[in-house]
Parts: sequence; structure tokens; C-alpha cells
Amino acid sequence: MKPLNFVLVGVGGQGILLASDVLCQVGLAAGYDVKKTDVHGMAQRGGSVVSHVRMADQVFSPMVALGEADYLLAFEKLEACRWAQFLRPDGCAVVNDEVIPTLAALTASPKRRKAGGPAYPDDDTIVADLEAHTGCLLMVPAGRMAVELGNPRVANVVLLGALSTFLDIPVESWRKALEERVPARFRDVNLRAFEAGRESASDDQPLPF
Amino acid sequence: MPYVNHKRERQIAECHYLHGQASAERSAVKRLLLGNEALALGAFAADVTVATGYPGTPSTEIMEYFARYPGVYAEWSPNEKVALEVGIGASLAGARTMVTMKHVGLNVAADPFFAVAYTGVNGGLVIVCADDPSMHSSQGEQDNRNYARFAKVPLLEPSDSQECFDMVGIGLEISETYDTPVLLRTTGRISHAQSLVELDADLLQRQPRSPKERSFVRQPEKYVMLPGNARKRRLVMEERLARLREYAESTPLNQALLQDGKLGIVTDSIAYQYVREVFPEASVLKLGMPYPFPRDLVVRFAAQVETLLVVEELDPYLEEQIRALPDLPPVRIHGKDVIPSVGELSVEVVVAGAVEAGLLPQTATPEPRLLVPMPAPELSLPPRPPVLCAGCPHRATFHTLGRLTVSEPDPGAEGTRARERIIVAGDIGCYTLGALPPLGAMDTCSCMGASIGTALGMEIAGYKGRVVAVIGDGTFYHSGITGLVDVVVSGAATTVIIMDNGTTAMTGGNVNPGTGSTVSGQPARRIELETLCRALGVSDVQVLDAYDLEGIEREIQRTLQTDEPSVLIVRSPCRLQMRTTYESVSWVDPEKCIGCEICLRVGCPALTRSEEKVAILTDLCTACEVCIQVCPHDAISLVQRERTAP
Repeated sequence: MKPLNFVLVGVGGQGILLASDVLCQVGLAAGYDVKKTDVHGMAQRGGSVVSHVRMADQVFSPMVALGEADYLLAFEKLEACRWAQFLRPDGCAVVNDEVIPTLAALTASPKRRKAGGPAYPDDDTIVADLEAHTGCLLMVPAGRMAVELGNPRVANVVLLGALSTFLDIPVESWRKALEERVPARFRDVNLRAFEAGRESASDDQPLPF
Repeated sequence: MPYVNHKRERQIAECHYLHGQASAERSAVKRLLLGNEALALGAFAADVTVATGYPGTPSTEIMEYFARYPGVYAEWSPNEKVALEVGIGASLAGARTMVTMKHVGLNVAADPFFAVAYTGVNGGLVIVCADDPSMHSSQGEQDNRNYARFAKVPLLEPSDSQECFDMVGIGLEISETYDTPVLLRTTGRISHAQSLVELDADLLQRQPRSPKERSFVRQPEKYVMLPGNARKRRLVMEERLARLREYAESTPLNQALLQDGKLGIVTDSIAYQYVREVFPEASVLKLGMPYPFPRDLVVRFAAQVETLLVVEELDPYLEEQIRALPDLPPVRIHGKDVIPSVGELSVEVVVAGAVEAGLLPQTATPEPRLLVPMPAPELSLPPRPPVLCAGCPHRATFHTLGRLTVSEPDPGAEGTRARERIIVAGDIGCYTLGALPPLGAMDTCSCMGASIGTALGMEIAGYKGRVVAVIGDGTFYHSGITGLVDVVVSGAATTVIIMDNGTTAMTGGNVNPGTGSTVSGQPARRIELETLCRALGVSDVQVLDAYDLEGIEREIQRTLQTDEPSVLIVRSPCRLQMRTTYESVSWVDPEKCIGCEICLRVGCPALTRSEEKVAILTDLCTACEVCIQVCPHDAISLVQRERTAP
């Protein structure tokens, strides 16, 4: 089977670990050997978070090498830029069109800001940077869609839905993995979020591969 | 001659632990497990009935998982030293025992660790220790393989979750067979990676072996380390090491994969995984039991190849032992000349080292794209370090400490008395984040419990009235108490701030002696901080509201001027543990806000900038009111949450 490398990135608290858990289960159901590794501990306090998921007939290193990710699933735009170097030249980025400001950029003194300190990049800069890394960029307004679905926390599953359209894995596998992983009372909203993510991906974006 | 169970020794040697050799009795379920969960399950499967430890990334989850299993005793001890001492007692009483900690925790537990190497064990004793190369969540990186050689204790190193699961049981067998503690060392990338583990589906239904099968036998010559007894045990240790070395030479834990005759790689731990990926054709000697060092095995392996590459994280632990082998065949050896001894390894790092050594061509590697250099970042991106959570009870104290000044004791050259910022001796926990901007309110932080002694030392050396110690409740119980004892008996006037959030928060909210429950969720006696401090002889003990900026500032100023030791307990529960829905939230009145951004200096992630003014992210706000107190324009107030809805 075709080996697949995923890098999932975002900010602590965005549900990245749940998303990578579901992705792993989907890979296992498809018959892959799967390994995953994430950052625990200090980085979870609102810091930048990255989760690596690898699938192949046999996986050795649990970490995706630089320039080896087939998919970058980003839960926040700035984090998408930060980790875009993991993408293969023919890899795809699925990015939540959402901004979480960084404390550093917020609290830099006005003087430092004028001196060109670490400001949060504007939208055009972010998109240009991502497009320099990949010809396959899908921006999904997952945060807004999640609010419309009635639960801002399911943005992660909206993104998984979008990602699922890129992979040759039966959609039933995804639904089953989701149902097993999320608490029963949030099952419906998560399944709806997954469908919404799938639709957002099929709207107008060309599929690669 | 100590007791040796030869049957058991054979069993260990026959133990199949490598992939594809799963034993028949496993009713073959494959589960994707975190290395730490596999360690916990492996311990349960191997009859561990007592586990103790101290939380610390990347080791914490081992105990969190183990505590959920039926019929076992799990304990978060006050510190690693106590954890190991309790573990030693349980082992002497016959229980199979696991003790868990992070790498630096073994520094704290080093005294009992070296001692138990002398006395040996009764029930199997495995010390599981997780290193943190690259210091993802630690104050330093250290290579704990050195402890095995230092204390003369056998060392096991898994390279994935399956081996984590299996090696706990193998370690216990080695422990009982050779009458020795065993050090099982993982790294963050093993503890915190998930891979498939084959195990018995009904594992958690099994009945553990009763510790009564190996009851305590009175043997003062073995267990009472008076010099006369210790001298005899010292010889036993040497003899034990010799037999363990024989075992290491033949155990399947150390396995050679003979392929290419040109290049042979000696490796261990997670580095094995990178090696297999980068060099699919090379011969590989994987050391799952690197100590005692299997000299003959390495010599035989080296004889099969032309070049030997040693790939290991951190210290040249294997390499130095290989280079010291007297009968090593004349092979070319590469190791730390091309593989860094700082930080985590990765596939990229191993490839770069191999290219430097001329073992991989610059252009035609197995995965050519690996050599694409990391592009220079075209964008200068703002960093996103971890921060104190919205509503964190530590914020008000650090906001105060970062601004407090005292007057210079000696007039300056012109007779003026300058105001100086106070010095904050910090400690280890979430609250170490108070050192980062914009709070920037910590001047020292070295190891667990160091704050109080450090503040005392600065006071003695001339900074009286200008230094405070800041320590969390968990860290105070861990190793701050003895520092406070020294403050009292040395007649100092040190101000100690204990930031009491009722939990060991940094590692995910673990119980400590002040929490009132055990890791298994049972109620426990609480050691009350104020009673404890008064009992140690501190009369000036005050409990403060963690969100009362004025009160905190007033009390710190007061205690800095007194001539006696003071303890200020700044108390409020960790917001992550509260799971409360907040009815009220802070709200910025755009009419009153002038955009001065003074509130942003408290460093709260719920505060953001919005069109030249400040706005509050109501999803994050916990109505702690710190921003309300610092706003000079009364622009922030509490409102009902619904009023803020869009």
C-alpha cells in the first residue's frame, strides 16, 4: 500500500490529538501499520502543537521527516506556515481558515511592533507562503462552520471531513472511527461536522492525484 | 552465592519479544498503544501489584494508566526518592514492583537506587525512567543509561510500544533471577509514540500473582548495609554483573540483523527505528539490553562488517564501550564524529550524519527528498510558546512580582536611594512560565525545590529584604520542606510564596499530598500547608486570595521588611481542574477603552486586540477579574455571559 505521512498542527486545546487518534484508527482499519507521536507536557499550555501520523506496510520512525508529509492538516493559519516545511512538493495542505493570535505578537510593545517585531502575518502573506510550499492548498472555514453546527469544538472534525476526501479510504471507516472515539452525546454533531467538512472540500477545489 | 533460579533464567533466554515472534498464549489482539500505556499494561500482565512514582514528562502516563487496573496499588509519592524507597520495601515484602519517574527524577532517587543495587530485591523491581532528549518539557537533558553503569544495574531499552509491553515482564524476570533492580529506560519519543502492541484480549481480567509467594526473609547481611555487610555485597555485585554479562551476550534482547557486509550499525532505543528507515540494507546490532555491555557479541558483529556506525541519542555511551574493546577487529568506526550528542535524533539527522561519514552519497540516498535542505523561513513568524492559561491563579502573583521594587539599602554615589526590582528565586512547574514575557517575573530556576535554598543563599550573601522564593504546592511537598527548615534554623528572614493550586498541574493535574485524594481516586488525608509551615517554626504564615492584586502586593512588601521568615500561601484551584461553567465573563466597554493595552501586560490568552482596543475572548475567560483590576480606565467589568453572545 502507498505509504502516507500526515502532520497535524495547531494550538494546544484545539482537539488535534482526537483528530490524529481518529486518523490512526482509519489507517488501521485500512490494513496499514500505523505509528503516531505527539508533543505532551509543557507545549499543551496554549503552545504550538504538532502530531505526526505515519502509515505504511511497516513503519519504523514515528516521526515524519522534513519534506516528507503527504498531508498537512492545520488547525490554525499561522501554525500552517510554521510547519509547512514538512510538506512534500506534491503534498497537500488542508488549513482551517482561522486566526488565533499569539501572545507574543499581542503583547510586544508598540515600539517593538513599529520596529517590525513578530506581528501576526496578514492573510495574503500566509496564503502566498503556503502556496510556495504546495500547489494543493485547501482553506476550510472550519471554525465558523463548527459554530454554525452549534459546537465550536467540532472544528477539528470538520477538517477531518475535508481531509477524508483526499484519501482512498471508505467513508464508513471514518464514521466508525469517529463514533468510537467521541462521547455518545456528541456523536451526532461530530458526524454532521464530518459531513460538512466533506462537502466543503468537494465544493470547488480540484482534487490532486 | 545468591540464589539463582536456572529454570527462570532459561525462560528469559527463550522469551520471544521481537516482532513476528508473538507467543502463542496471546489471544492476538493488536492495539495501538502509547509507549507509556504499554509499559503500564506490561507491568500488569507481569504481576506487578505495587507501582509508585512521581509525575514528570515524559513518564507521567505510565502511572495514570496503571492506577486504572483492577487489584493493584498505585501511588504518586511526594518525590522520586520516597517512591523508590516504597518500591524497595514492596519488593522486599515479595511484591513485583514498578517505580516510574522522568530522567531528572532519578537524580532525586539516586541514593536509594545505588543502595538497592547492593541489597538486591525479593519481588522483581523495575525502575522505569523516561529521558527527554531535546528538553521538550525539562530543565536539562541527561543520558540515564549512564546510571545503569554507575550503579551496576542491568539496563533495558525498548524501541517501540510492543517492546515496552514485553520488557517490563522480562525486566522483572531478570530482577528476580539475578537478585537485582533493573533500570528500564525510555525516551520521550518512545513513551509518547503510539505503535501496535499484540496482547491478550482478556488481559485485564487476569488475577495477579500473590506477593505472598515470596515472603520477606530476614537476612540482615543482605539488607542491612553496615560497612561489613556492604563490603561482602560489593563482591556479590561483581559476580552478579559477570553472570548478567553472560546473559546479555545471548539474550534475544540483543539481536543482530546480518545483511550488508560493508556497513554494520550498532544502535539502541528509538535510534534503532531511524536506522532501519535510513539503512534498509545495512547489518544492524540492536541492543535492547546494553548493560552489562555484551562485549563478545559486539566483537563478533564487528568482524562481519567493514565499517561500524554507532547511532545513539545523547552521550557516546555505546561508542565509548565499543572503542574500549581490546579485541575489536580493525574496522573503521563512526559515531559521535557525525551523530550529534545534543538533542533528539531523527531520520533527517541520521541521514546528515551518514552523508558526512561518506556512508550515504550526497545525492542518491534511499529517500532522495530527505536531503532537500530545510528552506530558510521566508516569513519571520511570531513564536507561540506555552502560556499560563486564561484565569490561571498564578498570574496575579507574577504580575505583582514583575513590578515590585524595594529601595536600595545603600545610598548611591550621590546619596540617592534607587528603587530596585526584587529578585525572584523560582521553581519547577507551570508557574515557571511566569518567567516569560510579558510577566517576566522569575530570575532563577534550576531543579525541583531549589527556590527556597537559593533565596536563602542570596539573602545570606547580602540581598536581605530583596529576594523572594516562589514555589508551587506540589514542588514544596516534593523537596521544598527541607529548604524551609533551613530558613528557620539559620535565623533568616526569607519570604517564601507557595502558589497553591491544589494539584501538580504541569503534568496534567496529578494528585499531591495537598490534594486530598490518591491517583486511583480514593480519598486521602491532606497535609495542610499552613499547619505544616507553622509546625516547622514559621510564625508568619498568611493565606492570600490568588486574584487579589492589592493584597498580594501589600503582603509581599510587608514580609520583605520583617526580620523573621514568612510564608505567603497564594491559594486558588487550578482552572484546568475546575471544569466549571462560568456564568459571568469580563467585558471591555469600547466607549471607555482607550487602547492603552496595560491589561495585555498580564499575559492572558483571553485578551486580544480589536481595532485599536482590547477585546475579550469569552470562550476562554474564567472571570478571574485580574484584567479588571489592572485597567486604569475602569473599562473592563463582569457581565452575564449571554450578554456577550453575538
